[in-house]
Amino acid sequence: MRFLRVVAAAALLLSLACSKKESAEILIGHVASLTGSEATFGQSTDNGIKLAFEEINKAGGVKGKKLVLKTLDDQGKPEEAQVAATRLIVNDKVTALIGEVASSRSLAMGPVAEKNKVPMISTASTNPKVTLDQQGNTLKYVFRVCFIDPFQGTVMAKFARENMKISKVAVLRDVGNAYSVGLADFFEDTFKKMGGEIVTDQSFKAGDQDFKAQLTKIRETNPEAIYVPAYYTDVGLISRQVRELGMKVPLMGGDGWDSEELYKISQGALNGSFFSNHYTTESPDERVKSFIEKYKAAYGSVPDALAALGYDAALVAADAMNRAKDLSGPAIADALAATKDFKAVTGNITLNEQHNAVKSAVVIAIDNNAGKYAATVSP
Amino acid sequence: MTEFLQHLVNGVSLGTIYALIALGYTMVYGVLKLINFAHGDVYMVGAFMGYYLAGFWRLGGAASAGGGATPGSVVRAFLITAASMVVCGFLGYVIERFAYRPLRDRPRLTALITAIGVSFLLEFGFQLNFRGSNFPPGPTPRIFPTLFEGHDTGWLSALGVNLYTTDLLTLGVAILLMVLLQWIVYRTKFGTAMRAVSFDHQVAGLMGIPVNRIISWTFVLGSALAAAAGILFAVTRPRIDPLMGLMFGLKAFVAAVLGGIGSVPGAMVGGMVLGLSEEFVAGYLLSSYRDAIAFGILILVLVLRPSGLFGRTTVEKV
Repeated sequence: MRFLRVVAAAALLLSLACSKKESAEILIGHVASLTGSEATFGQSTDNGIKLAFEEINKAGGVKGKKLVLKTLDDQGKPEEAQVAATRLIVNDKVTALIGEVASSRSLAMGPVAEKNKVPMISTASTNPKVTLDQQGNTLKYVFRVCFIDPFQGTVMAKFARENMKISKVAVLRDVGNAYSVGLADFFEDTFKKMGGEIVTDQSFKAGDQDFKAQLTKIRETNPEAIYVPAYYTDVGLISRQVRELGMKVPLMGGDGWDSEELYKISQGALNGSFFSNHYTTESPDERVKSFIEKYKAAYGSVPDALAALGYDAALVAADAMNRAKDLSGPAIADALAATKDFKAVTGNITLNEQHNAVKSAVVIAIDNNAGKYAATVSP
Repeated sequence: MTEFLQHLVNGVSLGTIYALIALGYTMVYGVLKLINFAHGDVYMVGAFMGYYLAGFWRLGGAASAGGGATPGSVVRAFLITAASMVVCGFLGYVIERFAYRPLRDRPRLTALITAIGVSFLLEFGFQLNFRGSNFPPGPTPRIFPTLFEGHDTGWLSALGVNLYTTDLLTLGVAILLMVLLQWIVYRTKFGTAMRAVSFDHQVAGLMGIPVNRIISWTFVLGSALAAAAGILFAVTRPRIDPLMGLMFGLKAFVAAVLGGIGSVPGAMVGGMVLGLSEEFVAGYLLSSYRDAIAFGILILVLVLRPSGLFGRTTVEKV
């Protein structure tokens, strides 16, 4: 009998302690590809978000409450991303969701967030369909802090015509990937409109290891450059096989290339190539410099664009939660939609009607197996 | 012409890998009438064993920088391949002993489902990720270290075709292994016993052949070949991840069926034909049909000539 009383007392105390913790914290969910072919995307983004949360919590948190992050790994698979989003929303009852980097995975998560009225901020998905529903109307609860592919495709097309001064480009796209297909289409549109010629359009599937057939065909058409809007693991392998087949032309790509693994995999095969990205570590902007300092101090490495975008997304979320009248889904969504001129690391973020950020892009050149800033292209 | 020749070179290079894996399928089917779906994953394990061993011997960028296939690096590469073959041979033995032998007298479907189960076990077991441990590798793909530098041999550059030393080497090793296997199957007592068991294992048992042992050794041999295929493939196309065996295993199975499942020369021919057709279809038609061609061939074979190119049509007498 006495034992039972002790147990009951302990349980009561525990539940009191737990409930007290709950109301003093805001739980934010993060769905990321911590493992899989795009592992560095998820890891960098997670680091960026954690850094931002640390800063915000030190400054007092949001509305006096501390921000707590819960990250789930989706292994790089869209089905897993959907499951992870559902778990965070239904089981853990997160206030907001951050994620994902890859457009195919954000597309899987969007409907879940929309249905459950939980605001979702994608850090780096650039496919325009992520924030739109089937009819093309903007989803109320899905936002992003990066630019979109119609702009990004134009960036590389313009760079190719005006800076590289080339007119014949071959395209090699990943058919299974919404990001790759969309970006390739937008690039081709603009490149053709600017007077260039797409000599051939080949496809592969992510996870393929042998690209010789497609590359041999590309070699026959004699392009001046090859546009490969895919993710860094595949691009690294493709670049090696391009050189093995004796082609010396530069490759071009998009923000899916941004990873330190790209250089480790390609081992110099990408020297002379270019890709469009969200920010450059060489920027003289004070905000960028101080972010890089803080990130290096915390994690020991230079942050890539994904880390910067994760950081920005976290800051935008906190800012919106501070401005919102309460911490319910619809209130935060309204506050997010009103985000205007928010000074972030990757630029000034203003969310337009489609909940997309209108920002400039940079072009990174690869030389000596490292990325160097080449140009800025504004919308 | 250049394009055709380059595709030919690529296709042959790919075909030999398929042939090596298909041999394992065909041998196991021959003795057990079982399609070992876990075979593609043994191939994956072989590639990873090579990766771990090379890491253990600290090979890779630093050690092989110096270029060229120095005698030392080639010997190391052979040692790694041999060690990986031994490990996978043992894995094959374990799979047979604990997953298939207890079900030998059950209906064939049971063993088939078990094979799929073993396949999933290997695939998802390797996708587990324990913090701080390098094994299992987890779902993030790894880059296979450069065992030796490859460069263009220049033999065919007059024709505009690129032929890499690494491709030649892998082709040479693959052909060597296949010749070795032919010798084992047709010229040794073990090979004769294996063929006897594949004809009728009950009667073979009556003739004094240790059926269980022969079957175990067949698995060991097939798995060792798969491991060799894994390393040969990883040398030229260096990305490895736990699901790499899935697609490759399926395509090698198609190759085995194409050649006539149960027939050793059939598996070799089937592998080459599949590699070449995949390369030519992807090269000359739509490149997105690359994977579809393998399964298209499977359907055609099963509809038109189910016993395959070299298979025997067995007549069931009532």
